[in-house]
Amino acid sequence: MSKSKKIRILMGWISGALFGSGMIISGMVDPNKVIGFLNISGDWDPSLMFVMGGALAVFTPIYHLVIKKRKTAISGDAFTWTSNTKVDGTLIWGAIIFGAGWGLAGFCPGPAMASIGGGTNIILAFTLSMLVGIVHANQYLAGRFPLPFVGYRKNCQD
Amino acid sequence: MDNFTPWTSLAGGALLGLSAALLMLFSGKIAGISGVIGGLLSPKKHESSWRAAFLTGMILSFLIVAPLGFTLPDISGENILVVSLAGLLVGFGTRLGNGCTSGHGIIGMGRFSKRSIYATLTFMASAIVMVYLRGLVGVT
Repeated sequence: MSKSKKIRILMGWISGALFGSGMIISGMVDPNKVIGFLNISGDWDPSLMFVMGGALAVFTPIYHLVIKKRKTAISGDAFTWTSNTKVDGTLIWGAIIFGAGWGLAGFCPGPAMASIGGGTNIILAFTLSMLVGIVHANQYLAGRFPLPFVGYRKNCQD
Repeated sequence: MDNFTPWTSLAGGALLGLSAALLMLFSGKIAGISGVIGGLLSPKKHESSWRAAFLTGMILSFLIVAPLGFTLPDISGENILVVSLAGLLVGFGTRLGNGCTSGHGIIGMGRFSKRSIYATLTFMASAIVMVYLRGLVGVT
């Protein structure tokens, strides 16, 4: 196994464990807390603003002062962010649809993954539905659904 | 404001930022959870093993925080039909919009990406409207 692959897998485990722990400690895994944050006209709970603040306070300086100055990652792999800078209908409609789902139940992908160990049917239902939603979106983006809607690629023949 | 938890939320958020920074610094990868999951469903060479490892770490993280006194909340009272519909919307929307709260909200915003700033403002607004509509029909 190459050194870069070892680093990729080891860092995958470590950062996944850190990410899941952060989700649980911060309260993001509690749908009531998420809804309480989004309920700005009701009994507003601003806690999740502290989650975002804490995450950006750590990530932003490391990115701009360390990562951005490097040509490759420590593993030797290229950085994988997209070069696409266009704000288009696909991005905005996707964000609207995601936001609707997030507000509807108070779950997003991170908290769902960190909560699977809780062993409830609720998380299982959310996760399976989410996977089905992702597969639909992949087919849709490839132009395999005949819907005249955002993000539809007309040039696909199969 | 009964449930206001600024310190644990700040500490948990800092861990999310640290995780995203380490993954990018060491492996060059983006810790966007919808992207990590989505990538496993349409796998590319050298792109599956780290994603599987990352999700394994996430799934087992409740064992790491348990000795510190943190537990998963009891969510057995949620409506499974509503949750399932929400899952479909979240899955479809995050693929279409190419990210969720982690990818756009933390990493994209931290990189000052214009796409991520627009996406984050849009899904926040959409979610706030949805919660308001929930309130109108009496679901709180």
